Amino acid sequence: MARLNVNPTRMELKKLKARLSTAVRGHKLLKDKSDEMVRRFSVLIRENRRLRLEVEKEMAECQKEFAFAAGLLSPEALLKALSQPSSHVDARFDTQNIMSVDVPKIEVTAQESDGYPYAFSEITGEADYAVKRTAKLVESLLRLAEVEKAVAMLAVEIERNKRRVNALEYVMIPQIEETIKYITGKLEENDRAATTRLMKVKSMMQQE
Amino acid sequence: MASNVAIIGDGEAVLAFRAAGVDTYTASDAQSAKETLRKCAKKYKVILVSDVFCKELDEWLKRFLQDAYPVIVPVPTGEGSNGYAEEKMKEQMERALGVDILFGREDR
Repeated sequence: MARLNVNPTRMELKKLKARLSTAVRGHKLLKDKSDEMVRRFSVLIRENRRLRLEVEKEMAECQKEFAFAAGLLSPEALLKALSQPSSHVDARFDTQNIMSVDVPKIEVTAQESDGYPYAFSEITGEADYAVKRTAKLVESLLRLAEVEKAVAMLAVEIERNKRRVNALEYVMIPQIEETIKYITGKLEENDRAATTRLMKVKSMMQQE
Repeated sequence: MASNVAIIGDGEAVLAFRAAGVDTYTASDAQSAKETLRKCAKKYKVILVSDVFCKELDEWLKRFLQDAYPVIVPVPTGEGSNGYAEEKMKEQMERALGVDILFGREDR
């Protein structure tokens, strides 16, 4: 490991010691942060998977039902019948902070439904089921959106944090430690050189 | 109040969502989906995108990870899921934890 390029002086030594203690403390804090993020992540990803499977299953069924309904009508009639929304999902789009990562927080506040968007003569009964189920599906889709995004953002942050921890642990801290060792060594050597010089001078003076 | 949710899909499969109060857009291929998505990104909070398009636009979609909104959610099409979302989950898990904690058991 390469040592830092500094002059071996007491001043530098003092500075480096301060830096080392900061680096060690930072490393510990980041490591703790990483641990907690991983814990949150593993909880969230389980939730994500559960929701994902649920939504995909429901979605496939909805699509099937809808295709059924659509098949009984001409495309124009279908478009006309469904052109006005009948239900509406109200949600509050907020952010929450998970370990200093801003993730979305979506709260479904109200889901209004005023029956069906079409007159019953326009369309067949199959569409009723499809439309109703889809309206319900939107709510779980929003929940999935929240969790999935949180998981994705946490994954990125965990990776970034891991890189920081590793940089501190395997580069910064060893480098500083080695430089401190080098400076202490150098200073001690200077001391010894000074002592021997003094002894030598003294013995020369005694001989005269 | 304008809707905060949009869906981009192909054909009439998205129509059912229109009745549910979701703004719908259709796109015939990944390129036009990308254009639509670019326009929608500022307007909507949650955008549901058919997973066929997501798979093709994978690289490009990464830019949406920087901010909390908009949220891009891959949804299966009429033909069922193409496994994109599952793949993503796996990828994220491996990046963050280094191990597979969900799907590992089934492989063995």
